[in-house]
Amino acid sequence: SEVEGWIWGRRLGVITRSASSAAHQKVCVVGGGPAGFYTAQHLLKDVQVDIYERLPVPFGLVRFGVAPDHPEVKNVISTFTQTAHHARCCYYGNVNVGTDVSVEELREAYHAVVLSYGAEGNRSMGVPGEDLEGVYPAKDFVGWYNGLPSNRELNPGLDCETAVILGQGNVALDVARILLSPIDELKKTDITQRSLDALAQSQVRRVLIVGRRGPLQIAGTIKELREMVNLPDTKPEMVASEFEGMAEALKVIPRPRKRLTELMLKTAVDPPAEKERQRRQAASRSWGLRFLRSPLEVLAGPDGARVAGIRLAVNRLEGTGDGSVAVPTGEVETMDCGLVITSIGYKSLPIDPAVPFDPRKAIVPNSLGRVQQAAGLYCSGWLKTGPVGVIATTMNNSFDTAHSVVEDLTSGCLDATSAKPGSTGIGPLLDKRGVKPVSFSDWEKINQEERRRGAAQGKPREKLLDVEEMLKTWTV
Amino acid sequence: RLKTSSGTNLVPCVKLCWKILELRGRCPVRFDMSDNKVTVHFVNRDGEKITAKGSPGDSLLDLVINEDLDFDGFGACEGTLACSTCHLVFSEEVYEKLGPVTDEEMDMLDLAYGLTDTSRLGCQVCLTRALEGMEARVPESVADIRQTQDSSS
Repeated sequence: SEVEGWIWGRRLGVITRSASSAAHQKVCVVGGGPAGFYTAQHLLKDVQVDIYERLPVPFGLVRFGVAPDHPEVKNVISTFTQTAHHARCCYYGNVNVGTDVSVEELREAYHAVVLSYGAEGNRSMGVPGEDLEGVYPAKDFVGWYNGLPSNRELNPGLDCETAVILGQGNVALDVARILLSPIDELKKTDITQRSLDALAQSQVRRVLIVGRRGPLQIAGTIKELREMVNLPDTKPEMVASEFEGMAEALKVIPRPRKRLTELMLKTAVDPPAEKERQRRQAASRSWGLRFLRSPLEVLAGPDGARVAGIRLAVNRLEGTGDGSVAVPTGEVETMDCGLVITSIGYKSLPIDPAVPFDPRKAIVPNSLGRVQQAAGLYCSGWLKTGPVGVIATTMNNSFDTAHSVVEDLTSGCLDATSAKPGSTGIGPLLDKRGVKPVSFSDWEKINQEERRRGAAQGKPREKLLDVEEMLKTWTV
Repeated sequence: RLKTSSGTNLVPCVKLCWKILELRGRCPVRFDMSDNKVTVHFVNRDGEKITAKGSPGDSLLDLVINEDLDFDGFGACEGTLACSTCHLVFSEEVYEKLGPVTDEEMDMLDLAYGLTDTSRLGCQVCLTRALEGMEARVPESVADIRQTQDSSS
């Protein structure tokens, strides 16, 4: 009822919406990461937007995915904060769509619902030994050092010399860099103290980053590769023969791929200048790229429980460029290692049986963000296109979906004339179910506390690792 | 007012010196005189021309922000070379006047959609008097091109 909604609104300290504001069209966004915020930013030009986020804290992968030593990438948070402060925008953290409230219930309360909850699952290798101790999906390892509550007990074993990372995208390069960065560099970042302490004790000295295809197919980009090349106290350990024929191929490829390949070639093949040669000689850690290798089996050590190596199929390439395919040659190789990190892709999961889901592609089937066979339901971000792309890609993709929503609202494709309750309809449901949403100003109190704790250690923030602690913080 | 002992006004001479230094790209200090603005014509994604004025030394991103120009998603990382959303395209003639590109800028520019040989990141291009009247095109982002593609199958 209106009164219930008013009371619920006051409890959260939110500006009440009077009955007359029902004239405003109301859209809700599920997921408070970059896709959710960019979609909201665009929608706010025309409609009222409520953002629902499962965790108390917002920002998704900008908080839990972007590496601690890439703080500038997180500058987008000021744009998101501005969005959250918009008079027509309301953030509801600590609300799990799918369990606390269903997508159907949201569709009844809002004129349109946009699903932007990203990709919380992992693609698995699907090989024997994947469940051995010492094998971790990159998403979990990154979540561990970035303070994602569900990864805080990961405790990865770092008492081995060699780590093998499967996959050669930017996530793989981030993981390699964090494993090998000097602690003095990391301790100034917002990496969690727990993982910083573990990395300070780490015995990992060598990281091999392994890909199925060749140097021309690596998914990582030049900035991240350059960071590895310039990483203090490390030297590259490449196999020059893996780069045969590259110089010829360089002549016909577009500039971005060309510069990236040139950097790899220079690092792998060219004899270094004297200063660089000395630097490499003095380095205590090493990293390398290995190509044309696919995992066949993760091998256990004598105890049968912990990883001691990985068996790889040797491939050859069929075709050229981005479309080339790795084909096994029949040859097999073994690499010794005590840590395996699989960085072969994130994966979206279905959160509500009422939402169409394509299990093969692991996305919500859609056309320009409009969910197929579900009027009033939309998707943006990785849930829409698959888990590929940087923040700017997600931004464009989200603006695109918002455009579809507004188009449908104004064209009459969606019934936007009848009043919808929006959050005044959802609030009482959540209340009955004992769910206590966290507002954006509550997050700002959590933010303040994290920054206060970080300042004590010379870090930009010390993240709270525990949902219960986050909930306690804003009520204090 | 600057004058010699015989009463000659030195201000025009000082202005001329500053102009020469700016044209040679060696003026590190913004000399904020009222006639010292540089006009830039932006062409946005709809083909609309938007004219704005900035001070020498301002970056094109500064100009977009200061003049509150509504380019969707422009300058997401706030000028820290951590994205490519301030991507702008210039004519060859203007591009030549923009000065050298660092590796750091190229690395991020390489990720820009619709990259051309005369592309730059707006946060790295600073205004000089020599750029008076320049045109800068805001290129299409991925979304605009993909509108013709069906991403469902």
